Amino acid sequence: MVKGERIETKKQDRGWLRIDGEECKGCGLCIEACPPKVIAMSEELNHFGYRTAIFAGAGCTGCGVCFMVCPEPGAITVFRAAVRHVEASGHANAGIEEAISCASN
Amino acid sequence: MPSEAVQEYTVAQGRAKSFYARYARKEELQHQTHYCPGCGHGIIHKMLARAIDELDVQDRTILIGPVGCSVFTYYYFDVGNVQAAHGRAPAVATAMKRSRPGSIVISYQGDGDLSAIGAAEILHAANRGENISVIFVNNAIYSMTGGQVAPTTLIGQKSTTTPEGRRAANEGYPLHVSELLATLEAPVYIERVGLGDNKQIAQATRAIRRAVEDQARGLGFSLVEVLAPCPTIWKMNPVDAQRWVRDVMEKTFPLGVFRDHTKEAALRPASQPAPALDEIPRLLGLAEEDLPTGNGCMLARETNVDLQVRIAGFGGQGVLLLGEVLAEAGLVAGLEVSWLPSYGPEMRSGTSNCHVRLSSQPVDSPLVSVPSVLVAMNEPSLCKFDLTVRRGGWVIYNGDTFPGDCMRDGVHVLALPFTRLADELGDPRAANMVMLGALLEIDGVLPQASIDAALHRLVKNPRWIELDERALARGRELLKDALRRGSLAKEPCAEA
Repeated sequence: MVKGERIETKKQDRGWLRIDGEECKGCGLCIEACPPKVIAMSEELNHFGYRTAIFAGAGCTGCGVCFMVCPEPGAITVFRAAVRHVEASGHANAGIEEAISCASN
Repeated sequence: MPSEAVQEYTVAQGRAKSFYARYARKEELQHQTHYCPGCGHGIIHKMLARAIDELDVQDRTILIGPVGCSVFTYYYFDVGNVQAAHGRAPAVATAMKRSRPGSIVISYQGDGDLSAIGAAEILHAANRGENISVIFVNNAIYSMTGGQVAPTTLIGQKSTTTPEGRRAANEGYPLHVSELLATLEAPVYIERVGLGDNKQIAQATRAIRRAVEDQARGLGFSLVEVLAPCPTIWKMNPVDAQRWVRDVMEKTFPLGVFRDHTKEAALRPASQPAPALDEIPRLLGLAEEDLPTGNGCMLARETNVDLQVRIAGFGGQGVLLLGEVLAEAGLVAGLEVSWLPSYGPEMRSGTSNCHVRLSSQPVDSPLVSVPSVLVAMNEPSLCKFDLTVRRGGWVIYNGDTFPGDCMRDGVHVLALPFTRLADELGDPRAANMVMLGALLEIDGVLPQASIDAALHRLVKNPRWIELDERALARGRELLKDALRRGSLAKEPCAEA
């Protein structure tokens, strides 16, 4: 489920998230972990009675920290724009290291 | 999925290939794990799945699940899965790795499992330097059972069994497993990591990958201890629990590398394969002429046999020997066989029974729950097992009359006073062999030579061999007589 449809911004974001509102249990670790703070908690409850994380839009860097702290295998999918200094096949580690250097958890 | 707006985005992080797309668990929860919100297991599962994906070893990975919350690893990981008894995962992993040296064997254990009941197993597996990877999830408490004290519980930490907090004088000090194992010579890589913040999580990801990688490179034993939050039992929200790992747990369990021989470790030789069957006499130093002669009564390869027999009676009636002779004869005839005895502690007069299977295919289970032939040597055994016999099967009952309440349709019954008939031959104790004779005549697949050979192997006294041979022949005759009279089919055959 794409809760937060991509929000159009003037300058294109480097990253974008898809959060599965059925798989998410609303623990909130991703909200805490996200360096640019682009994830929020939903107001409504999902089918199972959880408030879930939602992508709040604008500013995602696609670092993937939210994915690594999330306890559910497929609740978060991180998309990253094909940027010039990242190889097309480049794995996510580069992004993680980058995010950690700016993370203030 | 890709709309116009996201066309240029590619997936950077998503569900690992090593996870099933849906989990074979409760009907309406197959899309999510059974872990509580914020549980460390989910995070560690993802790290492990990612390591398996990155190293491209999914098709040869065997994951050994423990007892504890992570008992259900087999719901999630699309790899080979084995679930071990409490604490025994390193022993199971050892067997797996040694019998399949090419596989990647990962033992995934919690702190109650690894450091309490399984303390000996992990110690010895590490000391042998088994080429396995162990993921040790330490949350300082027994969580699945509701929060009892664990060896890793911190001093002062409350649990249901230490309501005033753990005291060293009473419950001892927290067990430092990583430090303990690092005193051994064999381990190649031991590190303690945490899930306390982003940085720690990134380090844990690297450590787990390294543990699996070291195994794939064939270096030897590696263990990664992961300090993991348990928000439910710690009674905290997930974010506070994560902080608690970093701010409190880490003080007792300092993070770091305790052993790293990755660079200098020599390649650990793969375990020797078991010797081939032909090699064994030479290894045991047996001379050619001492070997038993090969069986000359091998059944034709295309013979299709699937005989499932349950034999029951009092202890002392020869129930187990009957089954043994049957199984041994099957073995001599070149069949796959199993013989499973089941009896109480009494040497005499208790009840006993055994399961025997003879098959031209490998025997999947030695249990015979739906026998094709039941040999009941007394009435209680008949009543107990009569209803389990499959339709079209046989019941051979030692008794004049077939008890009315055991009557049923669809099975053939041969009820004769076998004990008395054996007495007429010379000894009532040969009743089992008379019954076996009848059984063999029903099936008719085993060559006589195989039965003779089995009898000579199992019965040493020549007087008994002679009597047993007559008893077997008598049993065969009795069945033929009964068949000739046509009194068998689905009717109790009550005659003396």
